[in-house]
Amino acid sequence: MSAHAEEIHEHPAVGIPTFIKVWVGLLVLTGVEVLLAYLQVPTLIMLTALVGLSVIKGAMIIAYFMHLKFERFSLFLTLFPMLIFCILLMLIFLGDATRIPVMRPPS
Amino acid sequence: MSSQATATATAWEGGRSPYATNSKKFGMWLFIISDALTFSALLFAYTYSRVSNPEWPKPFEFTPAIIFSSVMTFALLSSSLTMVMAVHSMNKGDRAAAGKWIIATMIAGATFVGLHMTEWLKLINEEHVTPFQNPWGVPLFGATFFSITGLHMTHVVIGIIYLGIICQAVFRGKFKAEDVEVAGLYWHFVDLVWMFVFPLVYLMSARV
Repeated sequence: MSAHAEEIHEHPAVGIPTFIKVWVGLLVLTGVEVLLAYLQVPTLIMLTALVGLSVIKGAMIIAYFMHLKFERFSLFLTLFPMLIFCILLMLIFLGDATRIPVMRPPS
Repeated sequence: MSSQATATATAWEGGRSPYATNSKKFGMWLFIISDALTFSALLFAYTYSRVSNPEWPKPFEFTPAIIFSSVMTFALLSSSLTMVMAVHSMNKGDRAAAGKWIIATMIAGATFVGLHMTEWLKLINEEHVTPFQNPWGVPLFGATFFSITGLHMTHVVIGIIYLGIICQAVFRGKFKAEDVEVAGLYWHFVDLVWMFVFPLVYLMSARV
């Protein structure tokens, strides 16, 4: 093996400082989430804030750690719009969940 | 179409890959998207169960349970950083450094699994929560909690084995940078899933 030289790939836009910044950013956002849990924020506000922060964290991981920001845009267009669409479709069931407690016979 | 025509065809006519990426990486992306849908469905099932049960328990005390799971989150986030460093070293052609970073990633992943198992055993043995029953009278809590965290932990364990295979190959001079990058994609995905499991399953059920 190693008769041929190693392939060198370099992406000038991303380096170690970027990775550390993203990592610190993720830790800070996680800290904010834990703080929200400590403050016992009302459920609906808590859920909105947590999902919002998680989507931001997820986007940071996908863009920088998973390198999608530096891939062709066509890759993003192939993978993500349908994923987001399918996830949003699952929201349809949640209306039904709110109906169940009202339908339960009193015990 | 002749091979010459293939070479000159535009990307969308079947010439070069329209994504300018190798097929291993594209394959891993497709797997990640389908696995993301699996986890989304589980998290929606959890949310559905929770909304339909107003008496849903809040079993996680801020200290120690939430602090404990925050440390687990820290271990997993840090493992993503070390994995990125491994891919970076491999892209520069430094196999020794890449191998060491992969080992660091595996250690952080194993720490996560160890902490998680400790937490599970505490819930099962001390608080008597199982997938089928718990002291709070909402069996769905155990069912959804163990399904979601269990499937995630399975992914982490598979990831550690996957990285182990990649790691020994890197040290022996086999495999290319792209193979490490594809393993990295899988590992970051496992981290990504935890970024949704941790707030929805743990933080939403925290009590101070």
